[in-house]
Amino acid sequence: MIVAALEITANYYLVVGALLFTIGAVGLLLRRNVLVMFMCVELMLNAANLTFVTYARALDDVGGQVIVFFTLVVAAAEVAVGLAIIVAIFRRRRGATADDVRLLKG
Amino acid sequence: MTLEAVIFFVAAALALGGAVGVVLGRNPVHCALLLVVTLVAVAIFFLLQEAHLVAAVQVIVYAGAIVVLFLFVIMLLGVDKSESLYDPIPYQRPAALTLGAILLAEIFLLAGRDWVTGARSVRGSATKPVDGADLGNVERVARSLFTNFLWPFELTAALLVIAVVGAVVLARRSGQPPELDEHEQAIEAQIAEAELSEAAEEEEDVEAGVGEREEGEQEQPSEVPT
Repeated sequence: MIVAALEITANYYLVVGALLFTIGAVGLLLRRNVLVMFMCVELMLNAANLTFVTYARALDDVGGQVIVFFTLVVAAAEVAVGLAIIVAIFRRRRGATADDVRLLKG
Repeated sequence: MTLEAVIFFVAAALALGGAVGVVLGRNPVHCALLLVVTLVAVAIFFLLQEAHLVAAVQVIVYAGAIVVLFLFVIMLLGVDKSESLYDPIPYQRPAALTLGAILLAEIFLLAGRDWVTGARSVRGSATKPVDGADLGNVERVARSLFTNFLWPFELTAALLVIAVVGAVVLARRSGQPPELDEHEQAIEAQIAEAELSEAAEEEEDVEAGVGEREEGEQEQPSEVPT
């Protein structure tokens, strides 16, 4: 059997990370609901985190895991401010789609 | 197959399936719950790679706090209805998919170029014994965090405070509806009219198949005073 000796190397994790990042990016472009767009940003951040942790093991360097820590902090701050902006916009526009925010459109 | 391979493939299926669900879900609540699936699957990846502390933080902060915040806002705004996936801008969907394919190809192209130098850093090993003692993952991360990364760690405190203050200022309810000046009122009126005429146009498009077209009903949007 070929699969009997299958070993999960770093490349497997990196491929999953790349796919996750791409799905997040496509979702960001496809969706119009601001909240779902935010979730797609979280997907992309997670893909980057997965890549960091994978390289932390592949290069035997704990620095990658520390960086993930900081990414989590930045993600938390980003979500707090971003959701506050969405609430503020929703109060004026009564809609949660990105197309509603177009005051600057000529 | 080894146990690690089995766990890896199950977690990979969960992560990618959850991510696709987030993108395709019609109901924001379902999207948020599928996001939890992906986040937990990524935490499993972290565990498989012996990043125990980061895995725990991922589940607590991400799947716990951040997704709950998302659900709070969804419920607060009452946007938990299914939305139509109707696309008002033509060609946006194929363009987005094409861009995604290009992005993926780009990542694989760059990853195949040996950009990783393989140089050893001074931040400590992730697995080897340090000073003869076999440390756990939590202690390794802590040692690095509070020595090499002490200054960035202090800065994150400032970042969090700024984010909290910003969120409070942005979401504060002032009691009365926001006062609009003349210019803003004109723009609001223009947008409302444009939305009305858009809705009328959509109705027209629907009725166009039947053959009845109502024209000249909607007025031109008034000029904005400059």
